[in-house]
Amino acid sequence: MKKKIAAALAALMCLTAAAGLSSCGDKGGENGEVRVYCFGDYIDTVLIDEFEEETGISVVLDTFDTNEEMYPVISKNSVDYDVICASDYMIEKMIGEGLLAELNKDNLSNLSNIDSKYMEIAADFDPGNKYSVPHTWGTMGIMYNTAEIEKGSITSWNDLWDEKYKDQIVMPDSLRDTIAVALKAKGYSINTMDESELSEAVEYLKEQKPLVYKYANDSARDMVIGGSANIAVVWNGEILYSQDLNPDLDFVIPEEGSEEFLDMWAVPETAKNKENAEAWINFMLEKENAITNYEYLTYSIPNTGVMEMLEGDEDKLQYLFPADEILARCEILKSLGAEGDDMYSSYWKEFKAE
Amino acid sequence: MSRRYFASPFIVWIAAGTVIPLIMIAYYGFTDRSGAFTIENVVSIMGAEHAQALWLALLLALISTAICFVLAFPLALILKDSRLGTKGFMIFIFVLPMWMNFLLRTMAWQVILERGGIINGILTGLGLPALDIINTPAAIVLGMVYDFLPFMVLPIYNTVMKIDNSLIEAAYDLGATKGKVLRSIILPLSVPGIASGITMVFVPALTTFVISNMLGGGKINLIGNIIEQEFTTSSNWNLGSGLSLVMMIFIVLSMALLSRLDKNGEASLI
Repeated sequence: MKKKIAAALAALMCLTAAAGLSSCGDKGGENGEVRVYCFGDYIDTVLIDEFEEETGISVVLDTFDTNEEMYPVISKNSVDYDVICASDYMIEKMIGEGLLAELNKDNLSNLSNIDSKYMEIAADFDPGNKYSVPHTWGTMGIMYNTAEIEKGSITSWNDLWDEKYKDQIVMPDSLRDTIAVALKAKGYSINTMDESELSEAVEYLKEQKPLVYKYANDSARDMVIGGSANIAVVWNGEILYSQDLNPDLDFVIPEEGSEEFLDMWAVPETAKNKENAEAWINFMLEKENAITNYEYLTYSIPNTGVMEMLEGDEDKLQYLFPADEILARCEILKSLGAEGDDMYSSYWKEFKAE
Repeated sequence: MSRRYFASPFIVWIAAGTVIPLIMIAYYGFTDRSGAFTIENVVSIMGAEHAQALWLALLLALISTAICFVLAFPLALILKDSRLGTKGFMIFIFVLPMWMNFLLRTMAWQVILERGGIINGILTGLGLPALDIINTPAAIVLGMVYDFLPFMVLPIYNTVMKIDNSLIEAAYDLGATKGKVLRSIILPLSVPGIASGITMVFVPALTTFVISNMLGGGKINLIGNIIEQEFTTSSNWNLGSGLSLVMMIFIVLSMALLSRLDKNGEASLI
């Protein structure tokens, strides 16, 4: 009897395991499927239904929170994805490691909708724009409450070191971003490999620590909206959302320039449905769909469709698509290699331990 | 023979869930990025910023464990003594918050303690000075105590309830004072529960990074935060694994110590 039960149990286990595996197999709409791996909450999900209807390709969407979480999944090929969304420096790293497939531009008829300025920025880490296509763009800046702080009085990163703002400042809590603020304040590149510059910036951050109310990323804007702090370093995409809740808030990209990012669509080398992936990217590049995404995210989508729609709305344009001379002072984070990562990491820990 | 079949699912479970991950951590911990053997990752715990984070984590975990014990032990005694039929209900109330996700509860504390939060709203409304503990170690200890208290309450309550009342009565009959009964009868008999309570609070408190992230405002780095960071932003799995191995040593040590205490407690009964 016992043997029978054991055998039955074992059979059951095999069965469930097999079922689990096979269910991951071929499935999909009339034109197959596309497996998308993207940051959480980074597209308007309405578009998924529209895409499925328009193309007959069924969509499987998985999400992640950080580039670092996504990277091992793709590099170790533990799950097959056809299209991913990743940030600039990660795209650079993945191109370098041969993890991405070159895009067939013939399948990307809407590529011309992306503003050429942003394609140039992308060419910085993806020479020739061969492997990736911009989804969103953004830059770091200072959001502050004009009910407490005179409008226009904050113009520089160095204002975040002003004693009179003690306990009112929210700084980012992210190795590269936090250090970038200090590097820019000191006038250095945010990708410096010069240890003396880095050390000077980290000393500067230590000096600032007593003035900081909190180091926070996603909740930074809420601190200012809710009045727990008056100044926060946030991404420009946050300001429109925040102003809706608190009209006194203003945003400035400091005069020294800032860190900018581009989040890109790309196709892994291992993709099984490359053409469907390109159809997905092309769909996202359509003007109307870019507008749908913009309205959902309030982040800059560097698509001429969005720019045309906002024409004349200077308030929004200055936050979302800053003037060329400001853009010229912004820098994209570069992958620094293992040596650079370790150097930044050890200084970061030293700063945190202070 | 059939027994072996029965055990097979568990062997698979242990292999996949414990043994293989442990081997991988040990492998990463004792190699560098290129895969060459090194003990640097483990030794780096001696480095100033790692040692400091470990020390702070140990300190906060000890304080939280002590507070949990001070709260849980009298509660168990009160419940044992009370003649009410509501003991089960009381325990239920203490454990009830565990029905909610741990992250949500911690996040709730963040909102409650925030400068513009509920507590300060009430305090300033009453004209009292504001409570400024958010983003300090005190807030982290509060979070740890709140999150882990049920793990202390349950095992102590269970052992205390099992103590034979006739032993206590006998002690009183023989002229023992209340203090003497507590010290010589109840406390020694509760040691197994206390020991498992301490382990269940101390270990997660020592390794937490979520609570310190949420309530420390990014200003306080515990060893858990450093390990998490090595795996995520710094993408140095080798160093993260090396430090994890050191943490395991501390955990194994504390558990060994406590289980010894546990045995001694039972042995002294005989």
